[in-house]
Parts: sequence; structure tokens; C-alpha cells
Amino acid sequence: MAIRRRDFLKSTTAVATSLSLPRLARGAEAASIYDIERFGNARILHTTDTHAQLNPVYFREPSINIGIGEMAGRPPHLVGRAFLERFGIRPDSADAYAFTCVEFEKSAGRFGKLGGFAHLKTLIDRLRSDVGEKHAMLVDGGDLWQGTGLANIMQGRDMVEVANLLGIEAMTGHWEFTYGEQALRDNLEHFKGEFLAQNVFLTEEAAFNDAPAFDKATGRVFKPSIIKELAGHRVAIIGQAFPYVPIAHPKRFTPNWTFGIREEELQKHVDALRGKDKVDAVILLSHNGMDVDLKLASRVTGIDVVLGGHTHDAVPQPIPVKNAAGTTLVTNAGSNGKFLAVLDLALDKGKVGDIRYHLLPVYSELLKPDPAMAELIGKLRAPHVTDWSEKIATPDRLFYRRDNFAGPIDELICTALRTELNAEIALSPGFRWGVTTLSGQPLTMEDVLAETAITYPETYVQEMTGSQIKDVLEDVCDNLFNADPYYQQGGDMVRAGGLSYACSPTNAIGSRISELKLDNGKALSANRHYKVAGWASVNDQQGAAVWDVVAKYLRSGRMLQERLGTGVTLKGVDGNPGIAG
Amino acid sequence: MTTHTSPHPTRRLILQGAVSVALIGLGNLPFAPARAAANDKYPEEAFKLKNEADAIKALYGRTAEPSDKIKLDAPEIAENGGVVPISVATTLDKVTSISFFVAENPNALAASYKFPDGTIPAVANRLKMAKTSSVTAIVEADGKLYSATKEVKVTVGGCGG
Repeated sequence: MAIRRRDFLKSTTAVATSLSLPRLARGAEAASIYDIERFGNARILHTTDTHAQLNPVYFREPSINIGIGEMAGRPPHLVGRAFLERFGIRPDSADAYAFTCVEFEKSAGRFGKLGGFAHLKTLIDRLRSDVGEKHAMLVDGGDLWQGTGLANIMQGRDMVEVANLLGIEAMTGHWEFTYGEQALRDNLEHFKGEFLAQNVFLTEEAAFNDAPAFDKATGRVFKPSIIKELAGHRVAIIGQAFPYVPIAHPKRFTPNWTFGIREEELQKHVDALRGKDKVDAVILLSHNGMDVDLKLASRVTGIDVVLGGHTHDAVPQPIPVKNAAGTTLVTNAGSNGKFLAVLDLALDKGKVGDIRYHLLPVYSELLKPDPAMAELIGKLRAPHVTDWSEKIATPDRLFYRRDNFAGPIDELICTALRTELNAEIALSPGFRWGVTTLSGQPLTMEDVLAETAITYPETYVQEMTGSQIKDVLEDVCDNLFNADPYYQQGGDMVRAGGLSYACSPTNAIGSRISELKLDNGKALSANRHYKVAGWASVNDQQGAAVWDVVAKYLRSGRMLQERLGTGVTLKGVDGNPGIAG
Repeated sequence: MTTHTSPHPTRRLILQGAVSVALIGLGNLPFAPARAAANDKYPEEAFKLKNEADAIKALYGRTAEPSDKIKLDAPEIAENGGVVPISVATTLDKVTSISFFVAENPNALAASYKFPDGTIPAVANRLKMAKTSSVTAIVEADGKLYSATKEVKVTVGGCGG
């Protein structure tokens, strides 16, 4: 399969040029960015990691996303200007705002919010009808049901209704599993599409006890794939759920299921689809994360395109990866509803002739919200909108989360935990979801929930020795910077409050973290006990929900008087284009 | 063990489960079934040694060479360090024994199996791992020693994404 890089560049440039207006406006000339030149005979639309953000959001892309080893300096480990240069995007353009952190605050005012399911619906319907119903399909890569207070309280049911109206035909999952097996199955009863996962199996005990499974012979819990007819050709969509669900989240949610990358089972399945089912194309709908997908594409043969998610990387062009039998294209389609991926395929007998790929930013100011979806969103939000709209603070600073080591929103959470729970140190998980709020924008309970809404929000305070704290930091850091992507879980570094340290990402586990110091400048002592507060523990905890702790702190009005700081010194990664200059 | 005669589709899984259960039931004598067949002496000394190289030497008296004819199946990241599913199958001929070593465990030798003539050289077991470690499978075949190694990470957990 040939990739015409020049064509990708051309389309990116075209987008950039047409958006050079000082301010976006709903108008014929601006909306033309969604006029995509027809190509091939089939179109697959891909959304991923929307994190249930029903309405348009601000979301600042990372200024630190370091790649180590073979991943150094390669997409997705490019940020800021290095990213713009690599993909030929003009610095002051709308695309620069959508894809990078460059001049984020200034551009937020010019280009507005992105995403929103009513806006997505309008865009999706348009791109479907451009090619005709029989030539198009819509798939979602998971993390669709989690990320807001509403999704949390409804256990994702709101998003099932939205997915049905949007027309999602196949999806896979990650946070979907954190509602537990029963809620997941109840939701899937109502889902009109297919939930696909080739890599989720019954544990031996569950199989022994005759637990329900899609295929008892293999132990597969879910259907691994579907075959969709597009333009008279057969396209296989295989689902790949997040491989590390029982490790990254409490095991109690999925006691009967075992996950993993399952390369070998995947290869067998691809071979069967090609050999027995005679499909013309194989697409992997993946929640592996981009680094894992890039490695997988080099080892598993017979996949045409990996439509990727999990690591929230908005990568404008597919990355070609060579393997023993040909080339596989790997994509990643960003997060929070900011982007819609459009994969146009020239399908032929038994093969894909060529492809075109566009990762379209969903500029909500350019799209008229779909009335039916807007009505559904209004109806779903109605029971909580009053409670959650109350203004609880108006900070005079930008709040965002996404960066490898720290973000202001997690500094706020850590400070709230330390203050409210009276702890010396706070730890907060390095999630990549959660929206951005601008300086001077009132914070509501809905905003706090958008940063914290999970099914295990209980806070804790515990005694830990200095050496235990260092071990935790080393362990999580290895999940981020292990040179072998298969040993990475995705996500960012655990956030530390009241503690500064130096980090050498290129070192091995055990020697990345050094110079640990408390806020008062004293070195962390290996044998001393410290009071540590945190949340989102994989162990059972009993404390108040983190959103209540953060809201209480914000209501106290103390935030503005306290100094917020991250305190991570990076070593050995000077000049890495995963760090914005 | 009615499952042995049952045509139930989960037979393979059930059998796997039954083998693991049997091994756990035998506690520290994972090679006991083989012992009856091969009538070998329990390698007490090898199980006591801390270091992997020492244990291999005590068990086999020599060193192994890596082989791509051994398929060592283990998770990259363990879902539960207490029971890590690890299996080995090999296309090597005349296999007489397969042993598992976890380098970072307090005692490196985790299990050792003897293979009587005509037995399919494949074994699945679950190992307890104290922390992140390389796991090595040693296959003794036609009087020679071969090995395969994989890193298995045991993590405190917690997420991103």
C-alpha cells in the first residue's frame, strides 16, 4: 500500500490556509474546510477517547510528551513548534491551536471550543452523506462512557444513548470496564452497535465456573470483530480493548476477565479473516495507545490500518510501519471530541489500493449543532444541570492537565488534598482526560467532576516511608518511559504535591528518580514516615470523594493565596522535541 | 475428574485450570507428578539456591544456550503477581525436562518438570513473583540445554489514559 505523504501534507496545508481568518465564523468560506475531496469507494469515520464530553470543550494539548529510545523525536512524541514543523502547520493557524499548545490562551479566544456531540453529529452526518450510506461507517475507540459527572452517575448509559443517535456501529473499551461487568453488560443490551475486544478472555476460574462468554471454546468474552460490507467489499473491524484494565484499575471491576495485548491470538484472528472469511481489508480499532500500536504493527501482519486511541495523541497523518508482510498504517485520533478521523479507502478485491486520511478538528463555531442530538443532550443533562452549574470559584489562571509530569489542575487537586486532609505529601494520578478552563472562567461543580469523575474516587491518607514513596514514583515512571512500549500502560506520571524531585527518563527503573525534597527544602529521608494523601487507589479506600474535597477547598477561597508549583527537574533529555521550547 | 471425558467446549480451559489447581495443591512440590514417572530424586539443593545461574548449575550441571524453538508465553505486565500464568511449548526433539526460573524471587528455581518419552513438550503453570523480573524457561532436549527469557513486570498499578 503506497502512502502519498505529499497528499497528506497538501490537505493539512489547505486546512491551515482556509482558517487564516482572524476569528472563526459560521460562514460558507470557513466551513469549506470540511469539504473533503472524494477518494476511493469507502469511508470509515473514527472517534476515540471523547471521555463523554457532550458539549464543546477547551482542551490544551501537552507541552511535554517525551519519547525515549526508538520513540524519541517521533510522532506522537513531538510537541509545540516541533509538531507544527513536522506536520507543516502554520503557527498562528486554527490547526496550530487544535493540535498543539502553542499560544493556547491567545488562540482559545480566537477559535473557541472544540468538539461537542451535537456538532460531531452534524459533521459525521455530512461526511457520511457525501459518500453515501452504503459506503460509510462510524467506529469509536473507547473511553466514550467516562469523563463527566453525568456519565459517572449514569454509569455510561447517557453515552450509550448518544452513541446510538450518533450511529456508532462498533466500539471497543477501556474506562467502560470500570463500571463493572454488570453495568457494562446492561449498557451493551441497549447499544445498537457491537462492542468488540479480541483481547479479553475469561480467567481460568471463570471458565471453570461457566461464566458467560461470547465464545466458550476460546474463552473470548466479547465478539472479536465484525465484517462490514462497504461498496461491495468486505471490511473487517477487529476490536482491541485497553490491555491493562485489571492493572491500571481496581481488579474488583473485572474479576472474571483477563486482558493483555494478545499478539498471537490477534495474528491468528487476522489470518482467519483473510484466509477463511476472505475479507478485503482489516482494520484494528485499538485502545492500546500509540507506542504500543506502532510496535504491534511491526510484528503482527495483515492489518491495513490501526485506528488508535488511549494515549490521546492527535496525529494528523498515519505513520507507516513495515512488517514481515507489508506496511500497516498507524493513527491516533486525539481526545475529548476535538477531532474526527476520516479514513477514505480505495477497496479492491482482497486488498486496499490506497488510502487518504484526515484528522479534522471539530471547530464547534463552524458547525451548526444537530437539533436532535442537542435535544437529547439537554434531556440527559437536565436532572443535574442546576446543581452542577453553581459557580464555586473564579481562578485567575489557566487550568489544564495534560503534560507528562504535572498540570495546574493536578497541582490544585494535590494542594486541596494536602490542605483538607492535613497531609505533607499528596499523590494524584496522571490521567490524560479532563478539560481545560481559561483564566477568569468560573469553575463549576461540573468542571470539577470533569477532572475527577471515576468509579473509585475515594480519598485516603496513609503513612509511607520515603523509600516507599520513591518506589511508587519509579514504578509509575517506568510505565511511562520503559524503552519497550509493551511495558508501558499509557497515561502520565503520577502527580506529586509537597514534593519535588529530579527525573532522568532515559535511565532504567530504580534510577530515574532522585533529589526528592519536601516543600520546606528538606531531603526526603528513606526511613522516615510521611503522611501521604491521594485518590484513585487500586486498593479499597474509605475517604470522601475527591470531587468533594476539591470543591470544599475551592469554596474556602484559599487557592489564590497559595503558591502552586510542580517542582520536577528533568535530566538527560535536553533538546528532546517532546519538550516545548 | 469428570471433565476428562466431557465433550464440553471449555474442556481445554478446564483441563488447564485443573492442572494449575493440582500444582497449587501440591505446594512446594510442583514436579511431584513427574517425579512418580521418572523416579528422580527431589532436587532439594537447587530449590534452595538464591541465584538463577547457581540454581541452573545445581539442577543441570551446565549452562544453556538461547533457542528460538522455545515458545515462552508470559504477560508483559502481570495482572496479579501472586499468580502469573506462564507457559512453555517447544519444537525441540527428545525433551526430558522443562524448568522455570524467576531471577528476582527469593529462590530462583520456581518449578521443574520431567518429561517421559512420548510426552508432548508443553507445560502451563502459574508462578508467584515477588517483583519485576526476568522469567527463564530451560528446556533439556537430547542431552543439551536451551533457554528462553522474558521480562515480566509486576507493578503497583494505577492508571493513566
